[in-house]
Amino acid sequence: MVIFLKYESVIGLETHVQLDTKTKMFSTSSNNYQSAEPNTLVDPVTLALPGTLPLVNKRAVEDAITIGLALNCSIREITKFDRKQYTYPDLMKGYQISQFDQPICFDGYLDLPNKKTSRIRINRVHMEEDVAKLIHVEGPRGNPLHTLIDVNRSGVPLMEIVTEPDMRSTEEVELYISSLQKIIRYLGVGTANMEDGSFRCDANISVRIKGVKRLTTKVEIKNMNRIKAVTRAVEYEIKRQIREIESGGKIIQETRGWNDNKGITVPQRSKEEANDYRYFPEPDIPPLKIQKTLIKKIKSNLPELPIEKKRRFINELNLSEYDSDLLTSSKNISIFFDEVIKHSNNKNKQYIKKVSKEAANWINGEIFRYIKDTGITDISVIPVSAKNLSILITKIIDNEINKNSAKKIFEIMWQKKQSPKEIIEKLDLVIVSDSKQLLNIVEEVIKNNPNAVEDYKNGKDNALKFLMGQLMKLTKGQADPKQSIELIRSKLDE
Amino acid sequence: MSDEIFHKTISELRKMLDNHQVSPVELVKIYLNRSKNINPTINSVLTHTEDLALSSAKLAEKTINNKKSKLLTGIPSMVKDNISTSGIETTAASKILSGYIPPFDATVIKNLHQDQALICGKTNLDEFAMGSSTENSAFGSVKNPINTTKVPGGSSGGSAASVSAGQCVFALGSDTGGSIRQPASFCGITGMKPTYGLVSRFGLIAFGSSLDQIGPLAKSVKDCAIILNSISSVDKNDSTSIKRPFKDFGEKIGKSIKGLKIAIPKEYLVNGIEQGVRNAYEKSLIELERGGAILEEITLPLTDHALSVYYIIAPAEASSNLSRYDGIKYGTSVTGGKNSIEHTFLSRGFGFGDEVKRRILLGTYVLSSGYYDAYYLKAQKVRTLIRNEFNNAFKNFDAIVTPTTPNVAFNLNEKINDPFQMYLNDVCTIPVNIAGLPAISVPNGIENNLPTGLQIIGPRMGDPTVIQIAHYYEEISEWKRKIQNIIK
Repeated sequence: MVIFLKYESVIGLETHVQLDTKTKMFSTSSNNYQSAEPNTLVDPVTLALPGTLPLVNKRAVEDAITIGLALNCSIREITKFDRKQYTYPDLMKGYQISQFDQPICFDGYLDLPNKKTSRIRINRVHMEEDVAKLIHVEGPRGNPLHTLIDVNRSGVPLMEIVTEPDMRSTEEVELYISSLQKIIRYLGVGTANMEDGSFRCDANISVRIKGVKRLTTKVEIKNMNRIKAVTRAVEYEIKRQIREIESGGKIIQETRGWNDNKGITVPQRSKEEANDYRYFPEPDIPPLKIQKTLIKKIKSNLPELPIEKKRRFINELNLSEYDSDLLTSSKNISIFFDEVIKHSNNKNKQYIKKVSKEAANWINGEIFRYIKDTGITDISVIPVSAKNLSILITKIIDNEINKNSAKKIFEIMWQKKQSPKEIIEKLDLVIVSDSKQLLNIVEEVIKNNPNAVEDYKNGKDNALKFLMGQLMKLTKGQADPKQSIELIRSKLDE
Repeated sequence: MSDEIFHKTISELRKMLDNHQVSPVELVKIYLNRSKNINPTINSVLTHTEDLALSSAKLAEKTINNKKSKLLTGIPSMVKDNISTSGIETTAASKILSGYIPPFDATVIKNLHQDQALICGKTNLDEFAMGSSTENSAFGSVKNPINTTKVPGGSSGGSAASVSAGQCVFALGSDTGGSIRQPASFCGITGMKPTYGLVSRFGLIAFGSSLDQIGPLAKSVKDCAIILNSISSVDKNDSTSIKRPFKDFGEKIGKSIKGLKIAIPKEYLVNGIEQGVRNAYEKSLIELERGGAILEEITLPLTDHALSVYYIIAPAEASSNLSRYDGIKYGTSVTGGKNSIEHTFLSRGFGFGDEVKRRILLGTYVLSSGYYDAYYLKAQKVRTLIRNEFNNAFKNFDAIVTPTTPNVAFNLNEKINDPFQMYLNDVCTIPVNIAGLPAISVPNGIENNLPTGLQIIGPRMGDPTVIQIAHYYEEISEWKRKIQNIIK
């Protein structure tokens, strides 16, 4: 509709990311709650028994710094924790230990890997603890609603990453989420899955007439637990706000919840009903001093991030945008790809580019297909090693084998976990496109088929086909057809 | 055994135990017997831990026979009931924790066990340590053993009364605004709050986290030092715990106080101070001067604000610390609510006493948006100023000496309905917690047959100096002995 074109949407995201640390944020209880029986990851601190005190998980602090640095944030020299208070049974202590006015990371940005590389500014990254999981169930025989509590999730380290309102479309929102997920996974600090709740998103949305610079009243949308839900909710909310304004209404500051079944957002609470969290500094944890040497150490250990990898693949390896996107879609895929290149053991830039293109084709083609067909979850556990794929690829580039045989070889590599060398020797597949050997075979074919040679010289095209057939018979179909036919022709035309 | 044994200090009993004049099992039976006889009258003990005490006593006996005893081996003690004891009900004298049995020991308890002290009981207190008379206990008020119509002080009133009455040799208390020193003073014994951080708070049921500190109530200054040496430890379970920079709390005991500079802050002779308390205080000053200390009057003008700062910060922290009592996970649970939040409201409404509710309301109010800056934030700023004021004073002085309280023990029910009068009782002790300093209260007189107390305050980590001065005073003044005579 035309009216929508008048407007610009302004979107900011608040993302909660669980960390994959061994223990919880403030206790020694195990953190691996996804696979645990309810209420088994419990200790006196997690259960908030009287007299217990929080202990900061050093690893979680380091992970927070890692995330901050990956998002180009400044790291605060002295950071402190605060208590955020509200009454709900998902909080064991009656307050959540969080960070209010001195978050550990601030003022960063994330560049989206789109054409114009939109820069989304990061306002802050702060540390807090997750809350218990509540399950509301119908009581037996008409009894009122019951609430079941599973405290396993209580105390899981949680990073909250808050952007500035820099996104302008659902496409950017989607790209931001997938980029952030990729970064978290590349850093190895979390699994960042929306489906299991280890990555959760709330959106702040407002709309304004294009050209207007000031921010207008925003609405917070919660309760979106898949990327698709986020984009649908954002899209719905933008249109709802525009329609509201166009019909003479006013946007009120409120929190709305996404109803995925109905595909609408519904009011949850207004600004007036908003919680007063009564933040105050956590007296049980003295302020943390973050040593410069620690920041330096973490910085030097940062892995290459997806967008950097993508840029390298495009600029140095000449790969297409499409191939680069696929290859950087997960850290392990990009690692596998880089391994293949490394094992080709060649420093010639042109050669490396050839290997890269070939490797990209194999990974994005054959390997993805095999993974899909066999139900393997990750490239890091496929039966074909990067080294063996590299050997196969160099044989192709060096014209030792052709594509057809390569595919056959690959199939055996996958099934039997053998190296290409072993397979080639066993199948007697070498040669084929080695021109010297092929030339010998061509000569043999011509020598053994004088009639066909005669036919050819008399202008019968079928003769050439017959000779090719003979050649393929001898080479068990492994000869490069184009090269073979050229060789036969030039021999006959001599 | 004569009554005299109940006045003996740790060091005196140490000799008797090591010389086999008495065995730990005999000793603990004597004490438990007396405690159980006295308790119906003064209600100082909530739980007698007879089994634990006896089994520990048997182990202590072996240790003594092997000549490996430590200073506390086989010494009967009691612990304030806001300190967690594994397998033993710990209630903080609140209905809401009635029946709660911790699965772990507080760090101080572990330390006492390691030194083989015998834990004979859990002592009564003001609910969640909120109060100055131990009348706020959900399990009945405690009577002062010196005069049972009087309060023992609070909130460690049960601990102070049990030591004073000879139900144990020493007790642990907690001090958030004077809760060790004021009852020690009211009950004629010695009590010390060490520098904040020197004793782990792990296992202490939190009231005001930035103010709370566990400390000893005992029959002598030296006993306090011995107990502190045992309970003070760096604890990985408490991020605010600090390693003590000196080896022995008692390392300066016996050293002359000659040349020590002692400040006399005039603000502590508050309006309404009882004449007897004032006289006792002035006499103590003369004694210290006689010992060679250099006394000088100073002014600490921010003292007046300490009480206000305290009644903002302590309730603020308390309102937060007490929000974990939701009637769901442990303790008292009142059913019948329509949903989980209503269940929590019902349980809290039933489980908390009036004073606790009052402080939760106060604390919630001062942290609320719109009031935070005017109250909590301002109080924190003034807190820093008070700290600085003390720090500046300690640039020129080794200690500050004040009365512990403006009055002697008052009557039961006298102040319970006037919270402000009750709060004023802690006017001399509260500034010490605001600044996290060490301070001790030692007996320094008898007024109307009730003891008075002298408070000696040191700089941060100045605990050994505080103990040195207190010990000197105790030795020359003989109040310890005189007060023993008025204890029945």
